Amino acid sequence: MNTTIMLFLLQDGITNGAIYALLGLALVLVFAVTRVILIPQGEFVTYGALSYAMLATGQVPGTAQLAVAMGLVAFALDLFFARKALHARLVMRSAALNIVFPVALLGLTYALVGPNTPIAVNIALALLIVAAIGLFLYRIAFQPIAHTSVLVLLIASVGCHLALQGLGLVFFGAEGLRGPALSNAAVTAGPLRFTGQSLAVYGLTVAFIVALWLFFGYTKTGKALRATAVNRLGARLVGIRTTLSGQIAFLLASVIGALSGILIVPITTLYYDTGFLIGLKGFIAAIIGGLVSYPLTAVAAILVGIVEAFSSFYASNFKEVIVFFLILPVLVLRSLAAPQVEEEKD
Amino acid sequence: MTQRLPLIIFALVMAVIPLVPDIPPFWIVLLDNIGLAALVAMGLVLLTGVGGLTSFGQAAFCGFGAYTTAVLTTAYGLSPWLTLPASLLVSGIAAVVLGIVTVRLSGHYLPLGTIAWGIGLFYLFSKLEFLGRNDGISGIPPLSIGSFKMLSPDAIYYAIWVAVLLSALLTMNLLDSRTGRAIRALRRGHVAAEAFGVQTPRAKLLVFIYAAVLAGLSGWLYAHFQRAANPTPFGAQAGIEYLFIAVVGGAGYVWGAVLGAGIVVVLKEVLQSYLPYIFGGQSQLETIVFGIMLVLLLQLAPSGVWPWLMSWLPFKPARKTPDTSLKLEHRERAPGSSSVLLHIEKARKQFGGVIAVNDVSFDVNAREIVALIGPNGAGKSTTFNLITGVLTATSGKISVLGKEVENAPPQEVVKLGVSRTFQHVKLVPDMTVLENVAIGAHLRGNSGAISSMLRLDRADEAKLLAEAARQIERVGLSDQIDQLAGSLSLGQQRIVEIARALCVDPMLLLLDEPAAGLRHMEKQRLAALLRQLRDGGMSVLLVEHDMGFVMDLADRIVVLDFGTKIAEGTPAAIKTNPEVIKAYLGAAA
Repeated sequence: MNTTIMLFLLQDGITNGAIYALLGLALVLVFAVTRVILIPQGEFVTYGALSYAMLATGQVPGTAQLAVAMGLVAFALDLFFARKALHARLVMRSAALNIVFPVALLGLTYALVGPNTPIAVNIALALLIVAAIGLFLYRIAFQPIAHTSVLVLLIASVGCHLALQGLGLVFFGAEGLRGPALSNAAVTAGPLRFTGQSLAVYGLTVAFIVALWLFFGYTKTGKALRATAVNRLGARLVGIRTTLSGQIAFLLASVIGALSGILIVPITTLYYDTGFLIGLKGFIAAIIGGLVSYPLTAVAAILVGIVEAFSSFYASNFKEVIVFFLILPVLVLRSLAAPQVEEEKD
Repeated sequence: MTQRLPLIIFALVMAVIPLVPDIPPFWIVLLDNIGLAALVAMGLVLLTGVGGLTSFGQAAFCGFGAYTTAVLTTAYGLSPWLTLPASLLVSGIAAVVLGIVTVRLSGHYLPLGTIAWGIGLFYLFSKLEFLGRNDGISGIPPLSIGSFKMLSPDAIYYAIWVAVLLSALLTMNLLDSRTGRAIRALRRGHVAAEAFGVQTPRAKLLVFIYAAVLAGLSGWLYAHFQRAANPTPFGAQAGIEYLFIAVVGGAGYVWGAVLGAGIVVVLKEVLQSYLPYIFGGQSQLETIVFGIMLVLLLQLAPSGVWPWLMSWLPFKPARKTPDTSLKLEHRERAPGSSSVLLHIEKARKQFGGVIAVNDVSFDVNAREIVALIGPNGAGKSTTFNLITGVLTATSGKISVLGKEVENAPPQEVVKLGVSRTFQHVKLVPDMTVLENVAIGAHLRGNSGAISSMLRLDRADEAKLLAEAARQIERVGLSDQIDQLAGSLSLGQQRIVEIARALCVDPMLLLLDEPAAGLRHMEKQRLAALLRQLRDGGMSVLLVEHDMGFVMDLADRIVVLDFGTKIAEGTPAAIKTNPEVIKAYLGAAA
């Protein structure tokens, strides 16, 4: 192998790795705040990417309607759980968030959609739609069981993944889609050519890592989110609104997921079920990072991307096998490093 | 016999179904699929519902079973019956390899690990040349007995359901045994089980292998049913579906697996035929409904359909009362002449910068009740954990009957004749008092998993249960013997813990706040019991906050404050000791 191929593979690995890093970060974020292992993260990726791709062709994606439907369910749940103490302000607030917001979004989508809509508008619409879905998903599926064990949350999470992936098939069909590039600019450095797209990937990844790190380390809201993760009851007793923390976490995660999707859909064709695999690779990174460390997760994600790039060159048939078995030695090291002493509570 | 009756009736019904005239062949195919899924789900019941280890990767083990027989029968022409042990062995070995790696992982790492290797194995199946890559292997011979070939769905039906019923029987036998109790204790954490000699990593590995072998059996049957094997049914999606089946049926119940398989397989069939009308000709739309149902189920009925169904039964299955006349041999006593039973010398435990136990030394002699007292946070429970091996000491020496413990694990310490109760009750709430107490006698039995499954353990088991019943009687809880431990009051649960500790046949009993939550009369009864145990030759070391109880009962008292021993002596001496008064009440103004 000559240096040029190696550099190409490295570049490819780092670009993919940066996406995995974004997803890994979102997974760590959600787990740290809600203890939910977010398997549907991959669906946020496909929903974001394919909604954007559909908008670019001038169609209204089914995700916009899904957001409205989920908003209605969320509103009904809000009313049901508050039925003993219904007052106008609460109803108004819930209606504004759960009904007005997604309906307005749907209306806006219909109004703006067209073959000549600017890329930025399409991106904004796709992001908003997926953000709404993420927010309502927490309200509907996880908020009622937020106090249960990690395992129950994980199984529920797998249930959400199944439902969302099936809906993805309904919305986008079995055919893959590809979206228009964010920018056609390119920079050449030696043998390597950096497209504007890949530079955007690097830039956004770094920006998110730094922002999350600052947010959780230095802001009051960030600290409140972390407190919720450690002890929900304790956090509530000191006045942290734990449901709000969960909603913020899901909102961030869905935006990050959708953004990753929009970043890769111009590079590779995405299918309705591609997100699951991409998300799982983010997982491998998140697990290497122990589900707690942002920088470690980012480094691990780059590593996963590079391993993937090199194995697709040397043993393309066994690319996925190698990547998914990468997790085993990591798990062994983790289990050797931290013998279990604490008790499971459920 | 009466306990077997429902099983026999079920078996008869299943045997008659294919003989019903004009039964649509399609129904038989559905029942075949239900049986195949039930086998895998049964393994998951044991693994997840009972043992608390969630796996999304069971479908991969089906793959091992199916591909093993596919390769051996097509490429090497072996008879399908010969490949059965091979299929089970290959799935079992795969489980050992993956289990050693993943079973030690805590809570959520395990299911994540199983998703990862589940997908990895799926890709491996679909890429390997000798497994036929994505196309798989076809032309697998059918099962046959003599010249009778099981080609049709209703011929293999019997093979499948015999496997299901036998597996259910073996699984229920296993759960109702010494090994079964150890497995059922896993879900509630391992500290309590280990304190009575259960090798928890081994127990976890055992259920992992057991579940994999059941999945392998299902895969072997599947290969000969479909007469082909390809990667699709062994992927991540299938693994998720199996877990779904177990949760729907009721993850803690063997028959929940069969019920869940029935519900899900039929539902899938119905959805597959009607959903395309709603959404327009797409396939796999049933996953939307499955996903939504799974979430709803967890929110509304997390324990599944089976327990709900059983609660409608007009009669409750009777429990056998153990025959208390059976005697269990005493544990072999370590030969030791010294009158010092427990010797602690400069024991020290540091957590980072905090010194929880600071060079504490004291002895417990034979036939003596010693109380360890001190304000909250004095290091009493930590001292207990050091003695019993739950924590390893930073430095210092702890010896039992002159034999140094040297940071032995809890399973070794209990063999020396030291048993304990816990400050925070650690019983298995959904097991009966009798079963909980019998865990205490774990080391005094020796039947393993295989003999339990085949019911060769009954003599051994009867003795263990008899001993447990005797200890329950001794502590005065005979009336509650068949109640679920979780339904008892906290005070009674503490007494159950004492009975469990007595089942070890200990020389030294460590009791962590045994009187907390007891009423006055119950405390007096407990004190009388402890005196009686001492007079019978046992020693007791107890942590307690009820000073009246302690002063009345203890022969000697050791006082800790901030991890340091500040006094030791008779109750009378301790009552007037100025250091102790200062520790409890603060300095005199």
